[in-house]
Amino acid sequence: MNQRLKFSIHLIISLLLLTVLIILSIRFGANKNGSSTVFNAIFHFQKNNIDQQIVRNIRIPRVIGAILIGAALAGSGALMQSITKNPMADSGILGINSGAALMLTISFAFFPHLSTQGTTIFSVFGAAFTSVLVFIISSLKKSQTSPTILVLAGMAISAFFTAISEGLALLLHLKQDLAFWHFGGVSAVSWTQLKNLGPWIAIGIVILLFLAPSLNLLHLSDDSIKSLGRNINVIRILALVCVVILSGISVSLVGTVAFVGLIIPHIAKFLIGTDYRQIIPLTLILGADLTVCADLIARTINPPNETPFGLIISLVGVPFFIYLARKDGNNA
Amino acid sequence: MDIIETKDVCVSYEKKLTIHDLSIKIPKGQITTLIGPNGCGKSTLIRTIAHLLKPSKGTVFLDSQNIAQKKISDIAKEMAVLPQTNNLANDLTVQELVTFGRIPYRKRFASMSKMDHEKIDWALEKASLQDLRDRRLSTLSGGQRQRAWIAMAIAQDTDTIILDEPTTYLDLTHQLDVMLLIKELNEKEHRTIIMALHDLNHAARFSDQLIAIKKGQLQVSGPVQKVITQQNLRNIFDIDAKIIEDNSRPMILTYDRWRGETV
Repeated sequence: MNQRLKFSIHLIISLLLLTVLIILSIRFGANKNGSSTVFNAIFHFQKNNIDQQIVRNIRIPRVIGAILIGAALAGSGALMQSITKNPMADSGILGINSGAALMLTISFAFFPHLSTQGTTIFSVFGAAFTSVLVFIISSLKKSQTSPTILVLAGMAISAFFTAISEGLALLLHLKQDLAFWHFGGVSAVSWTQLKNLGPWIAIGIVILLFLAPSLNLLHLSDDSIKSLGRNINVIRILALVCVVILSGISVSLVGTVAFVGLIIPHIAKFLIGTDYRQIIPLTLILGADLTVCADLIARTINPPNETPFGLIISLVGVPFFIYLARKDGNNA
Repeated sequence: MDIIETKDVCVSYEKKLTIHDLSIKIPKGQITTLIGPNGCGKSTLIRTIAHLLKPSKGTVFLDSQNIAQKKISDIAKEMAVLPQTNNLANDLTVQELVTFGRIPYRKRFASMSKMDHEKIDWALEKASLQDLRDRRLSTLSGGQRQRAWIAMAIAQDTDTIILDEPTTYLDLTHQLDVMLLIKELNEKEHRTIIMALHDLNHAARFSDQLIAIKKGQLQVSGPVQKVITQQNLRNIFDIDAKIIEDNSRPMILTYDRWRGETV
């Protein structure tokens, strides 16, 4: 009971924080809007009012984008750490981001007139291809996949694919187009993108919540899970599909954003413990908190210039992460 | 009656044939211990019996039924398996770990029944872990941690419990605690125990049956007195052992490297 109360309190606090961050994000930016502008933009939208247009067509999709991306990245990170039994795993370390980025580069290089939807399909395909490749490589050696080999394979693939994308970008002068994807940011998220990609992220998150109870099993070794009569491969495959959807779409929307997937699940675990039925929902909301907060800082710290979003995430997230890691170390 | 039987079982692991045509019978309600040198195939055999490895040839029978034709969810209600010491799950509390033992009896999204709670309490009590139930595994001693894993197997409430080297890395007091707990499960709860052990004196003191394996083949099997003989130990371990009797069980007082011919 106590644990459930603790979980509810953390969930409510992080939801309140998210609400505050959303309100601040819609009001503040390169120019500041009053509450009435925001209210009117949502409920009595006038097409030729520029302030209302900024709120409705730039700020709101941007905030929704940040929420979805934060949840997607943090959620897929938690999933990765759990299925690989490696606390350092995230979609970046396993090479999945690099695969998505490589396919984006290829789409820019050879199909420059592709729609957003087209490039997204490319990047999700890249994420899927890479994750399957990483799992195949890591299962070549043994009958069962070892977490260490999985991460090593992921890092090797990641280095290889990044080299190819950089090479292609240099050869075909794509540096300019791709710069955005290297820094990462939610500044360009539009309603059209949200309509196309939002549902997919939502599907990924639903699969993730559905998987959460089964993830608890992954505290045990594969042998133990099997001897308890459960088949772990089904969970692994579903988890992989989920990671591919979430990280592939995230990369195509905002580029490669480091650290969210790595640190947020750890923060959730520090706060509420080891039960994935609680870790996953909290991870999703805390992920959204971090990205919305980082995006808010990114556009208010030095207006009208945008500071790269990924930079802020590292600046905000890493010290907090180190603080928590130290605190936990002292308790043990 | 035999709870487990293997018939002409061959197992390859990482492309090497590690068990050759092995046929053994393990009686119900007794403690049967596998002994043999490192790399002889003890763990492979334990994992094959536990249905964690598939034999490349031959059949394993659990309660006279071909284990390959049973569902893993049904096998989980008949035998609990404690794999070799692992460092996983150290973030969990003792109670959380023991709760996993009830998984075979729960539907995927169902919450725990009264029966589940009772079995968990009972398992914690058996393993003398009531006072440590909310402690994380990482804060426990090696012996306490091993008792927690055994408690998970107890909570699984199966007739057969399989343990792969349950005393590895423990000091002698904790080794004894674990062996006494296993013995108690056999005597008071009538569980069939199948385990692999390195310590021959523990094997001789606590087992009913011994199965000696060398290079993936059955060397000798039977009651403790029959297996622990000077000649057998020469053949199995290449050692010359001085065997005395303690509480009418053989005990190895000291041993040396055997320099003669092995048969």
